[in-house]
Amino acid sequence: MTDTGRTNGKPAAATPAPNIQLNLVGLSKNDYRGAATTLCAGCGHNSISNQIIAAAYELNIVPEDVIKLSGIGCSSKSPAYFLNRSFGFNSLHGRMPSVATGAMFGDHRLKAIATSGDGDTTNIGMGQFKHIMRRNAPIVYIVENNGVYGLTKGQFSATAELGLQLKYQGTNQFTPVDIVQEAMASGATFVARSFAGDANQVKSLIKAALSHNGLAIIDIISPCVTFNNQEDARHSYSWGREHEEPLHDFTFVPREQEIQLGEFPEGTTRTVEMHDGSTIVLKKLERDYDPTDRAAAMRLIEESHSEAVLLTGLIYVDESRPSLTELYGLPKDRPLNRMTDKDLRPAKKMIELANAMMF
Amino acid sequence: MTTPQVKEAPDIKQKRDAVNDFSMTVATMNGSGSQTSNLTLLRALFKMGIPVSGKNLFPSNIQGLPTWYTIRLSHKGYLARRNTQEIVVAMNADTFVEDLASVVPGGAFYYGDHLKFEINRNDISIYSFPAKQLAKESAAPASLRDYVANMAYVGVLAHMLDIDMQKIREALEYHFDNKEKPIAINMGVIEAAYAWSAANLKKTDPYRVEPMDKTTGYVMADGNTAAALGAIFGGVQFAAWYPITPASSLAETLAQNIGKFRDVEGQDGKTYAIVQAEDELAAIGMAVGAGWSGLRAMTSTSGPGISLMTEFAGLAYYAEIPIVIWDVQRVGPATGLPTRTSQGDILTTHFLGHGDTQHILLIPGSAQECFEFGWKAFDIAEHMQAPVFVMSDLDLGMNQWMVKPFEYPETPMDRGKILWEKDLEKLAKWKRFEDVEKDGITWRTVPGNKHPKSAWFTRGTGHNEAGAYSERAADWEANMARLKKKFETARQYVPDAVVENAKGAEVGIIAYGSSDQAVLEARDYLAEDGLKTDYLRLRAVPFTDKVGQFVKDHSVIYVVEMNRDGQMNKLLQLEYPPFATKFHSITKHDGLSLNARWVAEKIQAGEQRND
Repeated sequence: MTDTGRTNGKPAAATPAPNIQLNLVGLSKNDYRGAATTLCAGCGHNSISNQIIAAAYELNIVPEDVIKLSGIGCSSKSPAYFLNRSFGFNSLHGRMPSVATGAMFGDHRLKAIATSGDGDTTNIGMGQFKHIMRRNAPIVYIVENNGVYGLTKGQFSATAELGLQLKYQGTNQFTPVDIVQEAMASGATFVARSFAGDANQVKSLIKAALSHNGLAIIDIISPCVTFNNQEDARHSYSWGREHEEPLHDFTFVPREQEIQLGEFPEGTTRTVEMHDGSTIVLKKLERDYDPTDRAAAMRLIEESHSEAVLLTGLIYVDESRPSLTELYGLPKDRPLNRMTDKDLRPAKKMIELANAMMF
Repeated sequence: MTTPQVKEAPDIKQKRDAVNDFSMTVATMNGSGSQTSNLTLLRALFKMGIPVSGKNLFPSNIQGLPTWYTIRLSHKGYLARRNTQEIVVAMNADTFVEDLASVVPGGAFYYGDHLKFEINRNDISIYSFPAKQLAKESAAPASLRDYVANMAYVGVLAHMLDIDMQKIREALEYHFDNKEKPIAINMGVIEAAYAWSAANLKKTDPYRVEPMDKTTGYVMADGNTAAALGAIFGGVQFAAWYPITPASSLAETLAQNIGKFRDVEGQDGKTYAIVQAEDELAAIGMAVGAGWSGLRAMTSTSGPGISLMTEFAGLAYYAEIPIVIWDVQRVGPATGLPTRTSQGDILTTHFLGHGDTQHILLIPGSAQECFEFGWKAFDIAEHMQAPVFVMSDLDLGMNQWMVKPFEYPETPMDRGKILWEKDLEKLAKWKRFEDVEKDGITWRTVPGNKHPKSAWFTRGTGHNEAGAYSERAADWEANMARLKKKFETARQYVPDAVVENAKGAEVGIIAYGSSDQAVLEARDYLAEDGLKTDYLRLRAVPFTDKVGQFVKDHSVIYVVEMNRDGQMNKLLQLEYPPFATKFHSITKHDGLSLNARWVAEKIQAGEQRND
């Protein structure tokens, strides 16, 4: 096999109009867009799609180097609305993690962006969600969390807060599932929470997640303007805006970019070196929080349950654990899906070994 | 065909009931190490050139419940299970009474003398032997004594049946991978038991063995190992699985052995990945993801796993993703009889999924075909861009079968209609679901393709030719019609049926899978009684043209299968409605493999009714 599919690092770009701005791989932002959204006007998911587009464009990612995966639900429709030039798979309700796990082995050099919803992840998909965490599959797993089912018209999901009142459902009597807490308990190596109303933070976290070597879960509170956007609801825009408390001022500095230390004075910032050479710079706000401290992360999540705040930012990161595909000893720059008979079928004489194994 | 074609030697014919033609069952408890003893006996007999088969009847349990292992010797080469047993070795107090009762008159009953029971039969030969004492006196450490006690019956039988001790040693060498210590310990017990038997037992029954030369050119194989090896030669790249009896050993054998064949010196990395999933939903989900990404992907399971895989099977059918699913069938419904064999998943699996789904089934009839379909299933799945189910069963998968050696794949890998960058550069346009060649199979691309026109959005929702979301009635109907056409195309690519004709026969038999040996033997019995039969062994669904011809050519067709409802019979009736009344369903669903006498009797009874 000599054909590795690399075209000298240069993607075949569409020819843009002369005044359109191109990124370092010669693509315009249009090359990162998807089909027109069919979600409701004002849906938090659309703003997340836009930040995925912006992050990929700004990071100079070639769209063909990304695969998109999702389950079923409003959130899972969203991969159709970003990165048209990336392969996508809108799979089964709650089963995206397994599809993503298998898909990563086709060409392990690709990046994977998966979108899911709170129902898709914590109701029907809780089992697969937990297991993809512990396998540390190299996937950016975004939960667009709004506390309700949208496509089936407004039923409670497992992240709905206790006491939430919905028009046709009455009052929720069960305690909510906290996605970041579940992720931590399952050994996730990159855990973040954000708010769709905080576009810049969403984008920075997606960029950092894309440079993480392993499973990166971002639980994004993404209001459902149709079924769950009442002022006092925990997944509404207004509640989010009033109660968001960023853990830190979060900046992602890609590998190619130099860090201007003057901007980040010592004692008030922390840096986290990512696997691919990029850096996360965290500027201290009210809390002095170390996202590499697992026990502190668990404590913070637990404490946040009794405070009326929406804590956002990078909750936990561990760059030391190998990713799933790394554990399999695959060739460094040769994907499995380009292998042929020569690589895959044992030589003719090996049939003797097969028969010798029998008696 | 895998049946050994054995011509009877005249001297053997005279003593046919006594020499190289009987069944011998050992009754033990599971977890007692008896499997090593049983396989040693089986292999030694095979090494002596005598056609044998070995069947393990085991409980769904780890230790302490009754287990029976039956070896059938047949100088004629008959390998199916028999209903009668001429020799029984009792090592389990819990089943002693029924084991004693199960010996045919004139047969032989052996038992360990630690079992204190009243012997109430005088129509058989009775032998007891000091299994525990022999184990105690052996070189085995105390912790292994219970295990090696089972070797005592190997030694006693070796003496009483004339089994070649050198062949027993060879069997142990194979079993223990030439490790001298365990070989010496076990051989010590066997030799001591042989000597004890020679000094103390006087043979009063006629059953014994003689060397033959009827196993040259054969191997002993189980279907699960054969399937795993076949997959390795088929270039399997991804396997995900979840433990379930009787399928676990397929995936385990694959994981344990793939490196021996595929890790070649100088390689820059592995060419495969095997993942133990959290459940069967995830196992098939991973395989679907891998198949979608362009890998030769498989999973292996049994009935309950098939049930769990339903939704994904429908998705793979509709989204046209190649995957191979092995169903090593056991008895259902529900947990059923997890350690007993069945052909009960035919209808479920063929139609697995909601809406209009129809899946390709491959049905191996021998361990050798498990190997062949092990690699061929990937070619068919990728060619058809569809899930392919391989319908094995517990009897085929876990028991020992005498078969012709595995053969190297005769055709190069068929990767189907797949487009890479260079192909796309030459094409003016490309639509994922455009039926260019009018065979229902369309061209696909897989992730990693760098051409800017390569990507498409895979979905289980309605889509048009371009793969775009569509709720248009015409798009839905056109797509489903094309999938139907694709299924028709599959007829040419699946393994053809195997037909064995007898001159002038009017009666046809259709069977499939592991019942092959019983049906072949039954045909001989029927022919001896003057009833000639033609036999068609199905090897796939959809049915090939040969099946249609066979149905046309016969006025009466007996469809023999191992389930309650005659599932394949129903499929045949659906496929050939004008001939639906020709089919007569013969079914057995007791969890045991078919025996030839029963098959012959049922067909004879059917013929009497038809007269």
